[in-house]
Amino acid sequence: MAFEPVLLRHLQIPGIQHLDTYQAHGGYQALKRALELTPEQVVQLVKDSGLRGRGGAGFPTGVKWGFIPKDHPGPIYLCVNADESEPGTFNNRILMEGDPHQVLEGTIISAYAIRASVAYIYIRYEYGRAYRILQRAIEELYKHGLLGRNILGKAGFNLDIYIHRGAGAYICGEETGLIESLEGKRAWPRIKPPFPAVQGLFQKPTIVNNVETLACVKHILERGPQWFRSIGVPPDPNNPRDIGSFGPKLYCLSGHVNRPGCYELPLGITARELIEKYGGGVWNGRRVKAIIPGGLSMGFMSDQELDTPLDFNGPLKVGCLGLGTAAVIVIDDRTSMIDVLYNSCRFFAHESCGQCTPCREGTAWMTKILARIRRGEGYLDDLDLLLEIANGIGIMPGTTICGLADGAAWPVKTAITKFRAEFEDYIRNSRSRSVTLRETTKTL
Amino acid sequence: MAIITVNGRDIEIGDHESLNLIQAAQRAGVEIPHYCWHPALSVVASCRMCLVEVGEKRSDGSIVMQPRVVPACQTPAKHGTVVVTNSPKARAAQAATLEYLLLNHPLDCPVCDQAGECLLQDYSYKYGRARSRLREGKLAKADKYHIGDQIVLFTDRCVMCTRCVRFTREISGTAELEVIHRGDHAEIDIFPGKPCNNKLAGNVVDICPVGALCSKDFLYKQRVWFLKSQKSVCPQCATGCSIWIDHNKNIVYRLRPRYNPQANGYFMCDEGRFGYHHVNSKERLLQPLGRQSSEWMPLNWLQLVQEIRSRLDEIRQAQEDHLTALVLSPWLTLEEAWLACQWMRQMCPRAKLVRGPIRDLGEDDIYPKTSRGEAVPRDKAKFIIRGEKAPNRCGLDIILRHYETTIVTWTQWLESIAQQNILHVYFINSDPLWEASALELEALRSLRTLVVHDIFPRDWPSVAHWLIPATTFAEKSGTYINADGLAQTVRPAIIPPEGMWSEARFFWQLLDRTGLYHAPTVRREIASTIAALQPLDADELGESGIPIRSCA
Repeated sequence: MAFEPVLLRHLQIPGIQHLDTYQAHGGYQALKRALELTPEQVVQLVKDSGLRGRGGAGFPTGVKWGFIPKDHPGPIYLCVNADESEPGTFNNRILMEGDPHQVLEGTIISAYAIRASVAYIYIRYEYGRAYRILQRAIEELYKHGLLGRNILGKAGFNLDIYIHRGAGAYICGEETGLIESLEGKRAWPRIKPPFPAVQGLFQKPTIVNNVETLACVKHILERGPQWFRSIGVPPDPNNPRDIGSFGPKLYCLSGHVNRPGCYELPLGITARELIEKYGGGVWNGRRVKAIIPGGLSMGFMSDQELDTPLDFNGPLKVGCLGLGTAAVIVIDDRTSMIDVLYNSCRFFAHESCGQCTPCREGTAWMTKILARIRRGEGYLDDLDLLLEIANGIGIMPGTTICGLADGAAWPVKTAITKFRAEFEDYIRNSRSRSVTLRETTKTL
Repeated sequence: MAIITVNGRDIEIGDHESLNLIQAAQRAGVEIPHYCWHPALSVVASCRMCLVEVGEKRSDGSIVMQPRVVPACQTPAKHGTVVVTNSPKARAAQAATLEYLLLNHPLDCPVCDQAGECLLQDYSYKYGRARSRLREGKLAKADKYHIGDQIVLFTDRCVMCTRCVRFTREISGTAELEVIHRGDHAEIDIFPGKPCNNKLAGNVVDICPVGALCSKDFLYKQRVWFLKSQKSVCPQCATGCSIWIDHNKNIVYRLRPRYNPQANGYFMCDEGRFGYHHVNSKERLLQPLGRQSSEWMPLNWLQLVQEIRSRLDEIRQAQEDHLTALVLSPWLTLEEAWLACQWMRQMCPRAKLVRGPIRDLGEDDIYPKTSRGEAVPRDKAKFIIRGEKAPNRCGLDIILRHYETTIVTWTQWLESIAQQNILHVYFINSDPLWEASALELEALRSLRTLVVHDIFPRDWPSVAHWLIPATTFAEKSGTYINADGLAQTVRPAIIPPEGMWSEARFFWQLLDRTGLYHAPTVRREIASTIAALQPLDADELGESGIPIRSCA
């Protein structure tokens, strides 16, 4: 059966951002269907579909919804995580700018399922256009009775959606950092437990979901969980912890390819197929040196590992942190891994919130070391030190509150283990050059 | 009964205790290093110094360990919890955290006030590594002298535990301190133009585990390893905070709060903390003086005892003892007040005993403040600064009630002084800040006898006939009873200057008692005489004191 895109299907239709056009193409039918069911039935549908969060961690969405305490008097909050900051990721932007009502329909259905009365869309500041488009769409919904009180005549189902613009911090994409930021505080991730589903925004039960996850919810309601499970990769029978990777996924392809862009494909496509068939191969006829499988924090895959399926399980097998946001960045064979890694470390050191000691100090230290190596003043034992720091701040589980340090550590670990020869060569050669230069200046 | 295993040793904790693993390990005698956790503040688990391995002991005796290290401060101790603090994994995590903390730390211990009582030093020695592997330069951050009138921030020494930030948010409620910037550039700071000057601000210096926040009052005055500490009680208000008096060579250098759940908790106010300077003051009255016609003559103490005694004898023989009054300061200890009353009644059986002047600033100052600066209700209070600026009003009242049917206050007595035709007054003031007003001086001017005990000479030479130096709280030995009726022991940290006698010793001599004044003996004597003080009939009042029910 040929794969048929659903998330990006309406993107080319002119005026799809407007409610009437969206409704003319079957919009808000899924919401009507959802309102015929009880919230529990909607949660069950999503559980049955095997939908896993698209924001990076891949936690089963239905299970997360199930953590909301039963019979909670409310209010319950839904937060839409549109603080898309993972380097290389841009699928949320395309969804929000191209088909905002699809996102909002998924949001309203999910709010109904978890009995939320308020939904906050936390959108990164840089997404001004997406913010304006969403804001206009929300106003349309209020005008047509799809938001506010007793939505679509369903007595007792009230929902308000507010958009909150972030102020440009990567850490606000972490779910508890996002909640702190929404509360008006510094986005310092919270310690867990209590989990947000029990005590989140304003100490009330809160679910934080990614934009793409919510868009998928709409289609699960429309086409049923069986359709969703027919796409993707079933659980690996040899791995009892694998629960399968189902559904369509938006792969963000960028870097040194001929046709970068956002491609909707079934989960489990291999990196090679994505780059060659959809991305049109590496630019200028060069070869792949490495790819980042799912946003910078997942680490690197070498060119030997391109046949790995990009599902929730695949990148783990080749020593990466996971699928992440499925944002594939291609690095060609003329790019220095030292530069790539330096850039990665600089990013995470800049974005570390400064709360936990290992991340605050470790990310900055790794950046300093790599900057020194790049200057030609590296030592071979710096590589082991880098690996030790990476292990200490993020690879060893439990050393920090949130996952930012993991994201900073995995690129270092994978780059140095997989491209060690290149690092050693660089240190040896650049070092001898700079030493010679220094000696020359001395004799002058 | 919950059983917890710490490094292979089982300990028991009570069913209704909610302890974290740091506290549980403490019971087992195992120290888990920590910076950000403080028992009085919320848990943030951000310093990551207390990482340990945790597991669970099943009912069949098997132990299942978690694969991750966890912060001990955030993990509750439950039945069957297994804590391992000395495994290679836990050790590695602790050593790594310390290495990160020291990366940008200036290591300026030789000029740092905290050196000697610094957790960064202690833990580095115990858990850290000897050499830094940092080949690059350290980050430099500017010192912040403007952060408060009493505190200074040495920004580069900070380990970002945020205890101080949480203190101003949760205990004082004034929220002056905050974190600015991100990552390793993060710093503690104030909002522009709003320094941290709340009345509890000095506590951030104590809770700072490193030398980042220092007290301007103590800065560069003394290395802490020269200091000797004495357990005592703060006299500045009726809260009666338990304190440490840190002193060296008979000079008091600073006061620090001492944990007492029944009085002050972990903290004390700045009024008390910085209110010790009168002890070291050069202005103090050091020698007894007697007035002969218009000349003031220095007396030695034995002469003084003779003169006072013979004066009182004269009064009694002249049948004027009902025209005599003894005014007792509420800054006197229980024992001093007792001895003074006993002596006065022995010499002049009909003498009036009067409660001396109390500085009262009215309303108690209750913390935390709300965001609007209002006080929280008293039952939610985390700290109370009393308006009544005296440490022992309760104790003094119990003594006075033993001798008198009603308690006559200073103002009541002063109003009636003319009608009653009072001629002889023995006035004891130990409050360093109380000054007689012109009106009060005028009322005392026409007396035939005025004996004054005071720390400072003030205006007394113009009205008094004898002027006797009084001791300060840091030199006293005795008992204070605070506003809640908690009796605590005051211990002398330093000896009075220049051979000065304490009030207790002076009255001891006047009473012609043999041997030396010993406060616990006198306290037991009082306890066996006054029923209300019966609980004080013990050798020791303990670390946190004994509550007296009839007071509260």
